[in-house]
Amino acid sequence: MAVQPDLIEDIPAVAGRSLWQDAWARLRRNRAAVASMIVLAALCLVGIFGPMVWPHPYDQVYPKFVRVPASLEAYPGTDSILPGFEGLLQRARLEHGEPVLEGGEVSVAVAADEPIDPRILRYFERSDLFSNPRLELADDGLSGTLAVDVERLYFYFGTDAIGRDLAARIMIGVRISLAIGILASIMALVLGVTYGAVSGYLGGRVDNVMMRVVDILYSLPFIFFVILMVVFFGRSLIIIFIAIGATEWLDMARIVRGQTLSLKRQEFVQAAEALGATKTGILVRHIVPNTLGPVVVFVTLLVPKAILLESLLSFLGLGVQDPLTSLGLLISEGAANMRGALWLLIWPALTLTLILFALNFLGDGLRDSLDPKDR
Amino acid sequence: MLTYTLRRLASAVPTVLVIITLTFFMIRLAPGGPFDLERPLDPLIMANLEKAYNLDAPLWSQYLTYLGNLLQGDLGPSFTRRDFSVNELFAVGMPVSILLGGLALVTAVVLGTLLGAWAALRQNTGVDYAVVGLATFGITTPTFVVAPLLSLTFGVVLGILPAGGWSNANPAYWVLPIVTLALPQVAVIARLVRGATIEALRSNHVRTARAYGLPTRIVVGVHALRAAMLPAVSYLGPTAAGLLTGSVVVETIFGIPGIGRYFVQGALGRDYTLVMGTVVVIALFIIVFNLLVDLAYAWLDPRVRFD
Repeated sequence: MAVQPDLIEDIPAVAGRSLWQDAWARLRRNRAAVASMIVLAALCLVGIFGPMVWPHPYDQVYPKFVRVPASLEAYPGTDSILPGFEGLLQRARLEHGEPVLEGGEVSVAVAADEPIDPRILRYFERSDLFSNPRLELADDGLSGTLAVDVERLYFYFGTDAIGRDLAARIMIGVRISLAIGILASIMALVLGVTYGAVSGYLGGRVDNVMMRVVDILYSLPFIFFVILMVVFFGRSLIIIFIAIGATEWLDMARIVRGQTLSLKRQEFVQAAEALGATKTGILVRHIVPNTLGPVVVFVTLLVPKAILLESLLSFLGLGVQDPLTSLGLLISEGAANMRGALWLLIWPALTLTLILFALNFLGDGLRDSLDPKDR
Repeated sequence: MLTYTLRRLASAVPTVLVIITLTFFMIRLAPGGPFDLERPLDPLIMANLEKAYNLDAPLWSQYLTYLGNLLQGDLGPSFTRRDFSVNELFAVGMPVSILLGGLALVTAVVLGTLLGAWAALRQNTGVDYAVVGLATFGITTPTFVVAPLLSLTFGVVLGILPAGGWSNANPAYWVLPIVTLALPQVAVIARLVRGATIEALRSNHVRTARAYGLPTRIVVGVHALRAAMLPAVSYLGPTAAGLLTGSVVVETIFGIPGIGRYFVQGALGRDYTLVMGTVVVIALFIIVFNLLVDLAYAWLDPRVRFD
């Protein structure tokens, strides 16, 4: 029986879905991956904009507040302001009422037997707790109100061993760690994809030699490379990310080579060859785009690896240098100060673990959504 | 199998040679030397020192001398730890690193396999989620976070184990370093074994074994686990080599006299022979363990043939 042509036309055209749309839909259903994306986006924002808007610069030293514990209260605390203030009032020989602390201002009603000399304000000016003392006297000069400003600082995560705000330092650490993770992965991506695709596509003896080189590099210990590069070129961020990128492209090269070996036998590549496309053109237009699925997954798992390596280097004292910092360096300082100042270890360690967790969950989610074979 | 082993070992010789050559010239080209101090030494003393350590000879002749000594098993004198040869340093440090690494390796393999298989058999239950969660924790938490926290908790707060230090005779000193070393490996192995067991339980040969009416413990323990060990075994090659040659982080934090520290210390202090010795030892371990892995692979998987 023949099908009526108009019946076919009634069926609405089904919109095609690309691999990436499919993957995105699957990824959105994965709650852990979505949560990880949100966490990572938040951390990126913190890393980029946090140090710009945070009240404390990451390298400012507050000598008065060395190793103060993490707290939501402002420093100096109420229990040290008022006794300090009363001590100064006594030195000024003033009779006084109960001092009142309001926001950044302490005020008190004062009285004396003789007219109050405004020069007593110097006592308060010289104190390192207070500033800008003001005296309002009654007409007879025997009583009045004394007000001083007190600078109150908030150290939500505490301060480190020389009195720098830990929260500001963690933000810089997040910035450095994420930047190195991403840059090193891009470097490994470019190197690995180029090397692997060329090796796999050319094949034969060239492939043999190129993979032999990878094998040899594989058995060199990673830290060795980095130490040598640091020694040669000095410690800098760029050297560190190049060094990490230069050691992490080996796996990528192997994966891409494997993909290329199977891709280059396929009809569309043969068709391109038959049409006279150049080798470079085939690599760039046909081979590389088709290897991207596994490569994207691998990159997501590479970023936490690079962050971990950078932290390890910083921990060993080979990474970024003071006053700049990274999470690994903060953790190493925290480990040195953990007896008595546990927050110095806990907060950076928690931040690093959070980043690594989120990246791992995202990587797993991407693998599940890009590689439908497993379901 | 013997010819296969011998051929593999023979093919490793050029690789080792390339690694040694690369390392030798790279560390020599690095600026600075082992005798550079804050205040420069008297040129005469420097010349005498260089002569004593054969540093005044041309580089290629030093290289050949080093290779010749290496063939006789002599790794040379240490430059920064005077009075010690690299062989002596390794003779002291190696047993410590191998003891710690070996125990951590055994812990990781046993615990990881058990946890992974257990999670696979109870897939999508509380046990499974707990194991997967633990594995994610173990993989993501860096060693240099775990080590100080363990040392603080058990050494300082609870005071039941030494917070650091080393004693060859007292196993209490071994516990925390072993736990730190084993934790990430337990996690990875548990994950690998879990995934492979789930796959193996669905495979034809396991279904056949069930159809024969074999008891579950035989089906799982003999037929499924054998196939499920394969990914873990290939992961174990480089890992075992890494564990047995010591970890910089663990040895630094717990103050353990192993050989893991020598590499970083040697490279920073330009202790040429110490760095070379470490690289040679690590490369040998990697080669030997990769070979062992391939042999174990063939033993576990009857489809693999040596050719």
